[in-house]
Amino acid sequence: MAQQTVLIGKHLESGAKVVDFHGWDMPLHYGSQIEEHHFVRTDAGMFDVSHMTIVDLNGARTREFLRYLLANDVAKLTVPGKALYTGMLNEAGGVIDDLIVYFLSEDYFRLVVNSATREKDLAWINTQAKAFDVKVTERPEFAMIAVQGPNAKAKVATLLNDSQKAAVAGMKPFFGVQAGDLFIATTGYTGEDGYEIALPNELAADFWQKLLEAGVKPAGLGARDTLRLEAGMNLYGQDMDETVSPLAANMGWTIAWEPAERNFIGRAALEKQRAEGTFKLVGLVMEQKGVLRHGQKVVVEGGEGEITSGTFSPTLGYSIAMARVPASVGETAEVDIRGKLVPVKVVKPSFVRMGKKVI
Amino acid sequence: MSSIPQELKYAASHEWVRSEGNGVYTVGITEHAQDLLGDMVFVELPDVGDSVAQGDDVAVAESVKAASDIYAPISGEIVAINEALSDSPETVNSAPYTDGWMFKIKASDEAEVAALLDAAGYAAAIAE
Repeated sequence: MAQQTVLIGKHLESGAKVVDFHGWDMPLHYGSQIEEHHFVRTDAGMFDVSHMTIVDLNGARTREFLRYLLANDVAKLTVPGKALYTGMLNEAGGVIDDLIVYFLSEDYFRLVVNSATREKDLAWINTQAKAFDVKVTERPEFAMIAVQGPNAKAKVATLLNDSQKAAVAGMKPFFGVQAGDLFIATTGYTGEDGYEIALPNELAADFWQKLLEAGVKPAGLGARDTLRLEAGMNLYGQDMDETVSPLAANMGWTIAWEPAERNFIGRAALEKQRAEGTFKLVGLVMEQKGVLRHGQKVVVEGGEGEITSGTFSPTLGYSIAMARVPASVGETAEVDIRGKLVPVKVVKPSFVRMGKKVI
Repeated sequence: MSSIPQELKYAASHEWVRSEGNGVYTVGITEHAQDLLGDMVFVELPDVGDSVAQGDDVAVAESVKAASDIYAPISGEIVAINEALSDSPETVNSAPYTDGWMFKIKASDEAEVAALLDAAGYAAAIAE
């Protein structure tokens, strides 16, 4: 029996096609995933992301613990509410999960991790936390709704009271704030402006309904995938996993090498990988007919790689992909599509941001 | 429950067939098939004049989700293709039995047509 979020009834009311997503009944789309995609790029859409796992960490040594647990350095988080995207690595330098960490107070940090990796993440975090006397608490009593798009913030504002409005006024990207019942964060997985809002389960359906009435349209996993891929954001389990170095997953920017004396899990392996060189994650663009897909072989200068995520880009009108290829890759490559080698352009893995083409 | 018009014939591989008279049959995919595939983004059609045998993969429907082969439900010659799908492949989603048709075949063996599933047979096939 699959798990359901507290919003399942709202999804069915809106005509969702519900599919199994790593053990959760989740909406794939509510009719047309392409229309949902465009609505997020041009107006405001919302996603039920309640299946994601919120983990609170408490204890005097929490910051010290996270500086050891995570490849990015929470020492960068100096202002309460500030968040950081990071990999959580194993000793071999593989990615156990990618996550967002929020600094709430010196003895209180919050992690938001993937649902598909929930169990292994919790086991790993609990094991590592013991030595630091950090208390690890999962927060399944929260639902989470991502409201994304150029009009997302304005539409959410119509639901906020004055003190909540004041709390989010002028909030920069990658911050989170507890405002009454809502934990409101300026994060997302679409490349658009917007919020991710965690709130108590019992309030979620009512909040969702009010968002609907404010003109926010529900969007499913299908649109979420095309939006994040256009934005060049990785999907765990597809673009990287425990066998993949963050250096080969376009996550080099999330590794804080300095200060050199900071020891974090996976550091020694990463330094070796950096010295020896790794594959790299690039973007591919194919303007002719057809769709690049996960698993297709990519032939580049100096070797072969593979598409990790591929899709039709609704914003651009042609196919885009992320591919892991030898670092010797040039400006073009060929993809094996159903037995035929098709030429593609090689670009940085970021295609659309804030509604605009960036390639 | 998706719509399965009574007057059409069906292949188990989710194509529908409509008689246009003179041995010409229009072919498309069923509402159930387009629903499984999701939003269509490209449709690759055969060339007019191609000779096809029953069961040949003659077209490709690329949706956001997957590339899917479309099979010739009967043998014969392709006598027309739906050019409009190159600009608006989403018609396959919105009107699978009408404007979303894919190609027309001049049948070489009417017995193959007779042996296709009727609406009840196709409904039973997809219920399994």
